[in-house]
Amino acid sequence: MTLLEQATRILESATPGEEIEVYLSSGVDTEIQAYQGEVENLSTASSSGVGIRVLRDSAGGAQVGVAWAGSLELEAIYDALREARDNARFATEDEYIAFARPDGVTPADLTLADKSVLSTSLDEKIAMAIELERLVRSGDDRIRQVDSANYSDYVAEAVIVSTTGIKAAYERSGAYVSVEAIATDGTGDQTGWGLSAGRSPGDLDINVAATDAVSRATRMLGALKPASMRCTAVFDPRSTATLLSIIGGALSGEAVNYGRSFFADRIGEDVASSMFTLLDDPTDPRHFSASVFDGEGLSCRRNVLIEDGRLRAFVYDTVSARRAGTVSTGSAVRSGIAGSPSAGCRALQLMAGDVNQAEIFRRVGNGIFVESLTGVHSGVNPISGDFSVGVTGLMIRDGELAEPVREITVASTLQRMLLDIVLVGNDVEWLPASAAGQSLAIEGITVSGS
Amino acid sequence: MVTMSDTLVSKEVLENTLAQAMSRGGEFAEVFVEDRATSSAVLDQRRIEELSSGRDRGAGIRVVVGETTGFAHTADLSESGLLAAAQAAAAVAREGGGGVREIALGPLTHYPTHATMLPADVDKARKIDLLRHADDVARSQGPSVTQVQVALGDSSRHFVVANSEGVYASDHQIRTRFNISCVATGDTGMQTGYRPIAGTRGFELLSEGAVEEAARGAAQQAITKLDARPAPSGDFPVVLAGGSGGILFHEACGHGLEADAILKHASVYTGKVGQQVASSLVTLVDDGTVTGEWGYLALDDEGRPSARNVLIENGVLTDYMWDYLRSRKEGRVSSGNGRRQSYQYLPMVRMTNTYLLEGTSDADEIIAQTPRGVYVAQLGGGQVNTATGDFVFGMTSAFLIEDGKITAPLRDCNLIGNGPEVLKRVDAVANDFSMMPGTCGKDGQQVPVGTGQATMRLTSVTIGGTAS
Repeated sequence: MTLLEQATRILESATPGEEIEVYLSSGVDTEIQAYQGEVENLSTASSSGVGIRVLRDSAGGAQVGVAWAGSLELEAIYDALREARDNARFATEDEYIAFARPDGVTPADLTLADKSVLSTSLDEKIAMAIELERLVRSGDDRIRQVDSANYSDYVAEAVIVSTTGIKAAYERSGAYVSVEAIATDGTGDQTGWGLSAGRSPGDLDINVAATDAVSRATRMLGALKPASMRCTAVFDPRSTATLLSIIGGALSGEAVNYGRSFFADRIGEDVASSMFTLLDDPTDPRHFSASVFDGEGLSCRRNVLIEDGRLRAFVYDTVSARRAGTVSTGSAVRSGIAGSPSAGCRALQLMAGDVNQAEIFRRVGNGIFVESLTGVHSGVNPISGDFSVGVTGLMIRDGELAEPVREITVASTLQRMLLDIVLVGNDVEWLPASAAGQSLAIEGITVSGS
Repeated sequence: MVTMSDTLVSKEVLENTLAQAMSRGGEFAEVFVEDRATSSAVLDQRRIEELSSGRDRGAGIRVVVGETTGFAHTADLSESGLLAAAQAAAAVAREGGGGVREIALGPLTHYPTHATMLPADVDKARKIDLLRHADDVARSQGPSVTQVQVALGDSSRHFVVANSEGVYASDHQIRTRFNISCVATGDTGMQTGYRPIAGTRGFELLSEGAVEEAARGAAQQAITKLDARPAPSGDFPVVLAGGSGGILFHEACGHGLEADAILKHASVYTGKVGQQVASSLVTLVDDGTVTGEWGYLALDDEGRPSARNVLIENGVLTDYMWDYLRSRKEGRVSSGNGRRQSYQYLPMVRMTNTYLLEGTSDADEIIAQTPRGVYVAQLGGGQVNTATGDFVFGMTSAFLIEDGKITAPLRDCNLIGNGPEVLKRVDAVANDFSMMPGTCGKDGQQVPVGTGQATMRLTSVTIGGTAS
């Protein structure tokens, strides 16, 4: 029986006055860590699970209950169904609660699963991890250690069906290599991460991952804590992607409905520099997070959120859209079988500017190049917009990268930063994350050092 | 209702699985069988948004051959499912030909839970009432409290671990967690407040008094911050209030004292046992035996009883934290720090409850003796690079100290520093010890941990605000 048949059969249990949504997933994955030329860990596994939501019609609207199980055995599935039904009885009746219904948007024609993940031999995958470690170790005399060189991949299929007419089935795959290099100059250590990602092992470039890790670790050697200052910060593509993810969180219709976003009530206002156009487009296959369907089984679509600096739209799932008096933008995100759908961005992209990174450094003249951000989850408040994160990077002097700096924070507010963007790069980097990134220069940033 | 048998899988099947895992020449094999039931309830905007129940059951099997570990996991706990997983894990033993090995396990050592009110025995209606009560208490703190979010979660985790060296033990861990988040709205915008209550206990953890105190605390924190001014930028003396400051030691040195980082020479503390690494006021302990604390465990996830391990004593580094694999390499015993998020993950060296022993100073006097600085009433999450020791923490409730007095509240921002340096800058430790629950993430695995400390002062830390 296919997953779709299995899921559809569960829907037959629905009783009058009840809607059921079933999410089934099944997949296999491989993880390899190499250390000192040997396999340190080799993990292979298959896993599957079910997430069930039950909606009860009630006088004041509807009530929803949720249950899940890490198994597709019949007993586990029907236990989950029973628990979800029971849980629904305790939820507050809410007129906005509903499951998605088909909205006629055609699913994008995307191929997101590459079966060569399964046909590539384990030996070939192991060889990649070992070679990645070797490349990093031999990449520079100052590399003294490689914590681990990792290869991982997966192939998964999932279906979402509901008694409200949703029927979505999809497959996806992914393959990744990543490595952390530790460099030393005799007095202190610095680290650098490198990665390469794709949908199959053939997409991976271990040379890119190795070179990136080596250069990021070695160029930070001798980093000092600079004096506090105010200057222009140039975010590298990975740091920009992190920034965009935070901004994407504040563009969630759910956060906006509840006043938990600094963008609330600002549609139509100029919230960013005119060179800032931000889209969420899971139908663009260049995104690793591209997807045909959203977390409720509606077709994903291209949503323009901020256009030439003006706030145009938020992203919605079914419930947040109903609450806001609009319709879903196909933007339900869901963290696996245990998660419920919520409104969120999946594939953010900032429209590219027309300058490369070197030209950005030249035009900025003097400032700081932000290579990595730390403490993002603790230092950014998407409600107030307060922003204060730890940074490592390099100074920019006379238009070029200069000495490395560490143990500093950069601070501002997200509102201010969006308006203070002065340059957007054309160096788009597609990352295994919910946002792609490119170099971005923002002026008036407070840097706390000594 | 969910019921859990004592054994999950029969001894005979475990023995057969271990034998299969060792059949290709493994040196060590382990079967970890887990059955976990979880439930959660969330109140938001005065509505009970969702009750969710989850059940996860399966086994993780690892085989060690030389420096290599093979691992496989399965949700199929039948004998054939376990044998297939054992075979997959054993595939790393490439030479093969280990032959049949008999594995004979002794009697099971079982650790019962200390919880008195098991999650499955508590009515859902009672949990809902508690959420509503917390909401009412928080909103009663003032009209500026515009949003309240309350969450309650519990888990019942039963596992059995058996290995080729004869370990055969099981633990039943019950955990309960409550969080309340408030938003206060004023002329200056919105501010947030947060309080958790969490323990390795049943529903008895959530007394009415404790819940009310958390609700008041979260609401007051948000209200207070409405008057907050931007935090300063630069280096300041910092007084950390007892409790949440412990996370600083978890991040700033705890991770660097985990033997996996040490053996890979990926920690600044490698080779420093016996050396003065901190101020003589610092005695740091990792202790899985503190009954009821969030990081409490009778047994670690490798079947080793938890222990109280002194890591730094009067500033001198005494030992690291160890799991099975790392201790085996060094010819010593595990310190009971082998933990895993679930059966789907390999165990690794993790902290339990990590705390700094209290000192003899008076907290008020420490503040009075600080002419100018920052008082951190609550630290949020943090992050550390173990290779360099550099860390970052969010301050979720902080105030200026002026002329020895706590004055203006400060807006949220990060503080940043270097673990080895900060440890040397502890110049006062008070006698008001308390602990806080947290969730520690490492290499993609989340485990519950406790952190603790008394009010203390650091001579200088960088505050990442925007004011001069």
